[in-house]
Amino acid sequence: MSEVALQAMPMTETPATYRQKVLGRLRLSDRLFFWLTRAAALTVLGILGAVIVALMIGAWPALQEFGFGFLVTESWNPVTEKFGAIAPVYGTLITSLIAMLIAVPVGLLIAVFLTELCPLWLRKPIGIAIELLAGIPSIIYGIWGLFVFAPFLQQTVQPALIELFGPIPLLNTIFAGPPYGIGMLTAGLILAIMVLPFITSISRDVFEAVPPVLKEAAYGLGCTTWEVVRYVVLPYTRLGVIGGVMLGLGRALGETMAVTFVIGNAHRISGSILAPGTTISATIANEFTEAVGDLYTSALIALGLILFVITFIVLACARLMLMRIDRKAGNK
Amino acid sequence: MNMSAAVPITVSASAPPPPAAQGTPREKITVRNLDFFYGTSRALKSISVPLYANRATAFIGPSGCGKSTLLRILNRMYDLYPNQRAAGEVTLDGQDILSPSQDLNLLRARVGMVFQKPTPFPMTIYENIAFGVRLYEKLGKGELDARVESALRRSALWDEVKDKLHASGLSLSGGQQQRLCIARTVAVQPEVILLDEPCSALDPISTAKIEELIDELRDDYTIVIVTHNMQQAARVSDYTAFMYLGELIEFGETPAMFTTPRDKRTQDYITGRFG
Repeated sequence: MSEVALQAMPMTETPATYRQKVLGRLRLSDRLFFWLTRAAALTVLGILGAVIVALMIGAWPALQEFGFGFLVTESWNPVTEKFGAIAPVYGTLITSLIAMLIAVPVGLLIAVFLTELCPLWLRKPIGIAIELLAGIPSIIYGIWGLFVFAPFLQQTVQPALIELFGPIPLLNTIFAGPPYGIGMLTAGLILAIMVLPFITSISRDVFEAVPPVLKEAAYGLGCTTWEVVRYVVLPYTRLGVIGGVMLGLGRALGETMAVTFVIGNAHRISGSILAPGTTISATIANEFTEAVGDLYTSALIALGLILFVITFIVLACARLMLMRIDRKAGNK
Repeated sequence: MNMSAAVPITVSASAPPPPAAQGTPREKITVRNLDFFYGTSRALKSISVPLYANRATAFIGPSGCGKSTLLRILNRMYDLYPNQRAAGEVTLDGQDILSPSQDLNLLRARVGMVFQKPTPFPMTIYENIAFGVRLYEKLGKGELDARVESALRRSALWDEVKDKLHASGLSLSGGQQQRLCIARTVAVQPEVILLDEPCSALDPISTAKIEELIDELRDDYTIVIVTHNMQQAARVSDYTAFMYLGELIEFGETPAMFTTPRDKRTQDYITGRFG
């Protein structure tokens, strides 16, 4: 067979040179593909770098004027042009903390229910509801928060909290009145609702990826569903779950519209989570259009830079946490 | 399976004398008229079989004949999945385990299971074993350590892992992982141990170790093993059941099954004519 084929080849072209030609063509397209993918990946780095540089240039006048004091000063006075970032930084961290304290356990519980316990006919409706929750624009959460949720909190929940924790030291500072309705707690609750779908749907997906035989092995020892989830499913999926939590936290830290509606926009730090406050993104959204003067604008951009750094630190902490968990599990 | 057609498999000399010589042993589990359904398809057809205490019973048969399905009924593992349903009677020490009021966690603690693929939990070697023990017993540190060690010794793994008890269970080789899973099952002190093709993913040396282990475990437990490997069934079991297309074709003492099968289909299967 092959001898016949060889004889049929044109005499001017030996098989070797023919193959060389084809290979050359392939190598060229391979090269092109390599550079295309590399360029796409480098674009990300380029954009990231450009954003950092732009933020730094924009923030420079404010940072030069206030120095390190910008980070620890509470006053925010456009008239005297005295600016400090600590109040919005505090508000950002506290509202996100409240949101995560509520959304992480609730989201994980929903995901466990959906994957381990839910009857089949109920699985779809709940799953769809979660996805719809993620699809609601944040402005709608803002409106709903301001006109429905905040008055409800003001009239029923907050007075009850103030009364309940009144006699307990420390807690009575955290839940000190009066009930404004709007404030850090309200913003935190709205944020919790907004990040819940992220945490739930990612956890559900990773829980579903646990090999059934691993779960069966645990059930086979006599584990209850709780024990299987706690000791097998969660350790097996921790990477994915932490990823989902971080995605939610990222959204909570940066969420602007809904928070701006319900946080009260007060540049002060209060020990009470019922008091109005502000966050970095709410401050920027509220004040950018009316920022007159280079220093004012620059101070707002500096706030943006700080938010960027906070997000970066959060991601770094997540990495560190994963590494520590891995070491504890004995994976070197 | 590459066996000469006419020569029956010789039963290893280490197998215990035929149980009949010691009188009929006690029935630990009794299966009567058991049917099983995946949705509407009937996977088991009216199975009746006794499983004797302190004996190893092997289930053999071609793929899809219902061996594993039967095994998964004995600890109600099928209960985890909707649309799977068993009908009939299965008793453990005279108690109906198919009844809806049966406590599944308790049942599974009494009836341990080892799977085809090793399934170490994502934790350290020590924890893999201590985990199951802690579910049902409150032991002090010393007692727990002793339990872990004895389970690892019983499964012939102790010498290989004693210096790295706090390394991840996933860091072991396949054969070691499977022995870890057996140790884990043994550590909770069940009464019955179900083995679902425990050696099919292992090399010959690991397989030999596990077969030796099964031989020893028989002294304390009721062993039920599903296997594709007929020599293995002949080596480790006292009783053998041959299943085909969801039916139990033949059940009997292992030497008799492999030397003088009564049913034509059993004979064809063990001599390698089909399957």
